[in-house]
Amino acid sequence: MAEKEKKFEIRDLDLYYGTFQALKKIDIDIYEKDITALIGPSGCGKSTFLRTLNRMNDLVEGCRIEGSILFDGEDIYGKDYDLIDLRKRAGMVFQKPNPFPKTIYENITYGPKIHGEKNKDKLDKIVEKTLREVGLWEEVKDRLNKSAIGLSGGQQQRLCIARCLSVEPEVILMDEPTSALDPVATTKIEALIQELVGKYSIIIVTHNMQQAARISNRTAFFLNGEILEIDDTEKIFTNPSNPKTEEYITGRFG
Amino acid sequence: MTPRPKMDQELVAINDKVTKMTEEVEKAIVDSIKAIKEKDMDLARAIIDNDEIIDDMDDEINEMCYMFLATQQPLASDLRYCISIMKMVTDLERIGDHCEDLAKYAVRMEREEYYKELIDLPRMADLAASMVKNAIRAFLDRDLKLARKVWRADEDVDELFRDIYEEQIGVAASDAKNARLSIMFAFVAAHLERIADYATNICEETVFSLEGAYSME
Repeated sequence: MAEKEKKFEIRDLDLYYGTFQALKKIDIDIYEKDITALIGPSGCGKSTFLRTLNRMNDLVEGCRIEGSILFDGEDIYGKDYDLIDLRKRAGMVFQKPNPFPKTIYENITYGPKIHGEKNKDKLDKIVEKTLREVGLWEEVKDRLNKSAIGLSGGQQQRLCIARCLSVEPEVILMDEPTSALDPVATTKIEALIQELVGKYSIIIVTHNMQQAARISNRTAFFLNGEILEIDDTEKIFTNPSNPKTEEYITGRFG
Repeated sequence: MTPRPKMDQELVAINDKVTKMTEEVEKAIVDSIKAIKEKDMDLARAIIDNDEIIDDMDDEINEMCYMFLATQQPLASDLRYCISIMKMVTDLERIGDHCEDLAKYAVRMEREEYYKELIDLPRMADLAASMVKNAIRAFLDRDLKLARKVWRADEDVDELFRDIYEEQIGVAASDAKNARLSIMFAFVAAHLERIADYATNICEETVFSLEGAYSME
């Protein structure tokens, strides 16, 4: 693999929900402008891990973390770390498209406005730029002031990605972004992810093995809160090193 | 019940078909040299006719593999297994073509009077046939040791080929009346040598399928 900068360095990460240990000694690097796929059976900790990267687990009561996560070299669990800035730099896209019950335009401008952008021209530009980036502009440019809820599922998900891009993040965290979409919408999102990787670092949780194989550069296999194997995606899906990975991706357990 | 019963069923069906195809091919190798040795024209014609059956089996197995890829979307060892089979049956099909050619030599040589009893050519044919049989056995039994053993046995076939080739060159140079026949014997040996090479391809595919890399040593 070409030498890439480390975006995240995760060291000895343990995560507990109360007494239950959901992540055990996670120790991996995630590279800049790379697509990293997280795979593994339900309940193995991959979504939990994804959420530690922008501290979404802080919202969960009883959640406790040990170890460190360096984001561009800085510990995001450090005392003075700016949480608002973290969430801006590491945006998230969820399984079910969740646009705000507002207009398409307002969905995109919501984030930039919170971060202080008031200039109408600038906001207009952000809306056009991000909607173009996700390939939605031509489809919605004549109805920017219509409710986002009227869009199809696939369009809603692309809108959510555009909303995420509107605050110029560096990292996009995706939690099964296509599992609620039909194959055509899925294909569009996958193509979009591959275009976005030139500018952003993408980490995606997926239950679709072929999707992980198709779109990612690196794949991490989670089982019972541990990462059993992380390697180049090509290697994982053609000749994994760990027999458990082999069993999982060939559908023999999980 | 296995976690993927349909997938396992399809693999079993593919393996069965490969076993049948191997039996046909192995028989074709032994029979083609028998047809030459014993000038058995009925046998020669049967081999020529039978090649179509081998070709059809190649098509059928490939089609089963396409369906397997499309419907089961295999990964890792399953993916390698399927790809190896597709390459292997192409090798088996080509071995069948060589046997058809050998049967045609039998027809051409029918009227020739052999200047010697054929001993080395049938030995070479037996070796090649057993290589093909064991190469496929190694694959189906996932037996790396056997695959590597068969792969090494190619040296014996190559040695026999060199001996036969030299001998026939000698005949062609010194005995004008038998030159035509000796050249045909040399060609027959060359076909058998190619058949053994295909068996080594199958061994290489077996190692790739099991280990994910082509390392024969």
